[in-house]
Amino acid sequence: MIPTPDLSHLRSEDYKHIYEPAEDTFILLDALEEDAEELRRSKPLVCLEVGSGSGCVSAFAGAILGPSTTLYLTTDINPYACRSTKATGSQNRVPIEPICASLTNPIRTRLRHAVDILLFNPPYVPTETEEADEAQHEANIAGAWAGGQDGMEVTGVLLGQVESLLSEKGRFYLVAVKQNDIKDICDKMLHQHGLKGEVCPFVHLCVPNH
Amino acid sequence: MLQLTISHLTEILPIVKNSFFRVLQACSHNLCLLLFPQLNTPPLRHGRIPPAMVRLITHNLLACHAKGCTTNNFPLQFQDVSIELRETEFNADFIRGFLPRIEYAALVSAARQLGDTSLPAEQPEMVDDEFLQKLHHVLLEIHVEEGAMVCPNCKHVFPISNGIPNMLLAEHEIG
Repeated sequence: MIPTPDLSHLRSEDYKHIYEPAEDTFILLDALEEDAEELRRSKPLVCLEVGSGSGCVSAFAGAILGPSTTLYLTTDINPYACRSTKATGSQNRVPIEPICASLTNPIRTRLRHAVDILLFNPPYVPTETEEADEAQHEANIAGAWAGGQDGMEVTGVLLGQVESLLSEKGRFYLVAVKQNDIKDICDKMLHQHGLKGEVCPFVHLCVPNH
Repeated sequence: MLQLTISHLTEILPIVKNSFFRVLQACSHNLCLLLFPQLNTPPLRHGRIPPAMVRLITHNLLACHAKGCTTNNFPLQFQDVSIELRETEFNADFIRGFLPRIEYAALVSAARQLGDTSLPAEQPEMVDDEFLQKLHHVLLEIHVEEGAMVCPNCKHVFPISNGIPNMLLAEHEIG
């Protein structure tokens, strides 16, 4: 078993500003752990996590792949999250490079077909569109969960970029809930972008408390 | 200082059978408790590794994305930067694999802006170990801690603070 990254440097005060790793974080860790051997074998050079929050997921990817084999990039619109991600990287001896940005904006051109592992635990909770917009604009903790209509307004933007980001051997891990209409996500990704999704069998769907 | 004997450790070990290597230090009492790892757990290195900063490998992937700024928006130019050099583990396979994803001319120019002239202006045809070592140093060991990056086209300034580049744009600048 690969241990959960050490987050002891983060305090309850920090979790007022960033999303505290919860079940949805851990299913992503479980999925990565399940694929650990395959991921190592594929020798990924670029691992990009969008909306890294605490940095727990990228630190875990680093524990699987090792600190010198892969470039760990993360983005988050919340500067507090970027600082926490950096701290979590150093706490866990993984050189994570956080970039304060919305989704993949400043790196999308250069990382065309160059991302080997793409990770996204998005704001997936269905809310009013205004609530999601405001949360992204304010870059606060609500941005970690407020997903607008069907919880898909932020995820939807990234889904349109995934194919152009992934390398030939690239993989995209996405956390979703039932309300996001998982079948619809898979259908659209297949028909519009030619990417075939699979639902991890052990994944149970959950909604964070708020 | 409290010394732990082998018999103490033997007593403790079964309790932490499923734990991973941890060093717990109660600084106030100068008490150090060492728990040992399971066989296949890689040992941690002692001492704090400084946090990651903007390195040239990341700079080489960043382009300006302001509204309408689509040409000559890369590479961003460094401005008023403070840098630090930190050694890191050399992984030849990683550098060799990453080379095709690098914009070489942009890397050379960025390194020169930071005072590093070790890379040849043109990428050599033969990629030997010496060249990979130089690339390793330039890509991974030069850390920009403070300063800014400026778009060569629209002159937008992206600040770097505590080693984190702020690439956010104001509402009206978003394309």
